[in-house]
This record gives sequence, structure tokens and C-alpha cells, in this order.
Amino acid sequence: MSDIVALQGVTDTPHEPGFGDYVQLLKPRVMSLVVFTALVGLLVAPVSLHPVEALSAVLFIALGAGASGALNMWWDADIDALMKRTARRPVPAGKIGAEEALALGLALSGISVVMLWLATNWAAAALLAFTIFFYVVVYSMWLKRLTPQNIVIGGAAGAFPPMIGWVAATGSVSVEALLMFALIFMWTPPHFWALALFMKEDYHTAGVPMLTVTHGRRATRAHILVYTLLLVPVALGVALTSIGGPMTLAVSVALNAWFVRGAWQIWRRDEAMAEADTYAAEKAFFRFSLLYLFLHFAAFLTEAALKSAGFGGW
Amino acid sequence: MTFRSEHELHRRRFSRNLGLSLTLGAFVVLVFALTVVKVKRGEPMQGYDHVVQPESAPLVEGQP
Repeated sequence: MSDIVALQGVTDTPHEPGFGDYVQLLKPRVMSLVVFTALVGLLVAPVSLHPVEALSAVLFIALGAGASGALNMWWDADIDALMKRTARRPVPAGKIGAEEALALGLALSGISVVMLWLATNWAAAALLAFTIFFYVVVYSMWLKRLTPQNIVIGGAAGAFPPMIGWVAATGSVSVEALLMFALIFMWTPPHFWALALFMKEDYHTAGVPMLTVTHGRRATRAHILVYTLLLVPVALGVALTSIGGPMTLAVSVALNAWFVRGAWQIWRRDEAMAEADTYAAEKAFFRFSLLYLFLHFAAFLTEAALKSAGFGGW
Repeated sequence: MTFRSEHELHRRRFSRNLGLSLTLGAFVVLVFALTVVKVKRGEPMQGYDHVVQPESAPLVEGQP
């Protein structure tokens, strides 16, 4: 009885999280994108790994991404608490202490890098370590609160996984790996700026210098169009390399035409039009941007499968 | 009648313990499988187990 009474007093303490809270700390949705792009980078590479090595590589790349997510939540707990989109994350919600997020992030960073090294090679492990450093220190600690270009440069962190997957298989960087990196790098700004357009209060409340806050919404719409146009040659460029082929090129042309159309629509709209239909075009563009990236990487994978069956490829 | 009713705190603790033990178990299995793959591939390995290893001996002039 006294045990229960004693427990009642500590039920709502923030330091009694369940396993699911720790999973949330690793940003599972971001991890799923990392797993997919890293897996594609690994599978389309000209050198194949043993399935156990490939599985280990993808798992430890994902774990590294999760570790950087935990470190990001430790650092950004103050602004996460102010934004609707992030207020329910484990640290601002009080489910996990910030120090615990830091400890878990550091431990998982070390484990993921060392294990990726043991499973594959040192170059892939070094790239993973650099990615974690870039996301946590360069993006979260330095750029995010300093410059409206935060998303542009910080997007590099999310662009590394397919390159790490490629390097895990081959041991070196090549033009294909660089172009897969560039594809995600150039895709990130329009994706997040579209989000910033319809989550308009969030970044303003938190004082994060997103482009919508510092340069206004008209400039953000123009930036979305410009970056989407710059993305086109990169996407088509990947389709022309050894991991591409006629099918990939056809998919890429269709996806880019649709994406540019969406960016054009966003550019032509003003705030009154967007308010009138509750940001329908911006939300549609954001949703399509996820599909855009997924289908590009699915096309690389399909092309590789076709090539191994004697079809596809250039 | 139970004297110790299950508390929310116990459930959260149990989920954490179960999740952690399954994760650690999976990690052990993965490391074991990885070791088997690496060893079976037959990459050059050398054990220093009190066996004479001529290739490790210092070179002496006049000897092949």
C-alpha cells in the first residue's frame, strides 16, 4: 500500500518514459526516409555487399540519423516547446529529460559510427560521423537560429545517407553518389519552405529565422520557384548517369514537370489567395515533394533491378 | 484482490525493459551474424598464438 502511495507522487515525473518515447526521440519518420535513401544508395552501387553487411550498414546509418535527431531535440528543446508541430516531442513534452537525450544521442552516435566501420569501411563511417556533426553542430547549433539560409545548408545533412550507402558498398565517392546527394540537397529548401508557408505562426513564434520570417512570404514563394528550377537539371542529371536509364529519365521528367508546375502555382499566388483556400496549393506541393523524392529513389532501384535482369540502364 | 495493483509507472517501466532487452538481443544476433560473414569470407587473418611466423621475423642480410 505504501508502495502505491509512494508511486502516486512520482507518476507524472518527466523521467519515467516508456520505450516508445525513446523511439520518438530518434525521429522515426526522418529515419524511415534515411533508411530508404541509404538502402537505394547501397543497392544501386556497382559493388554488392553480403546481405548481412548491407542490413547492418543500413541499420547503423539509420541509428546515426536517430542519434543526431536525439541531439537535435536536446539542443532545440526550448524552441520545440514553442512550435505546435514540435511541442509534443519527448523533451519539450517533459517525457524525457534533455540531459538524457544528450547522453543517448552521444552514445548512439559512437555506436553507429564504430559499428558502420566494422560492418563496412572507414570511409562510410567517417561520412556518417561528419553527417552527425553537420546536423547537430553546423545546422542545429549554428545556422538554424542565425540565418534564413539554415534550411539550404542544413539540408546537406539529410542528403548524405544515399552517399553513405554508396560508399559503404564501394569504399569511395563517385559522380552518382554526389548527384544523389545533390538531388536531396536541392530538394530540401522548396520542401521546407512550402511547409513554412502554411505553418506560418510556428517559426515566427519560436524566433527561428526562416525565410518566411526574415524576407517575407513573397520572397519565399520566389525562392521555392528558383530552387525547384535548379533542382530539375540535378534530377535529370542523375537519370543520365550509370544508375539511371530510359525508365528513370521518363519518371524524372514527369515528376519534375509536375513539381515545377506546383512551384509555379505557389509563385503566382499571394497571401489572400492562399488564405482563401487555406493554403491548398502549398500543402499539395509539400505532399507531392515527399512523393517526388520517394519516386526518384524508387526509380533508381527499379532501374538497377531491370539492369540486373538484362533490361534498363544506358 | 491484488495487493499490488499495476500502476501506469510499472507499465512504462516494463515497456522500456522489454524494448531494451529486445534491442540488445537483436544487436547481439546482428554482431554474431556479421562476425560469421566476415570470418567465412576468409579474409587474411593472423593469430599470435605462440606459433612461429617466419614472415614476422626481421630480415637478415644474405638470407632469402
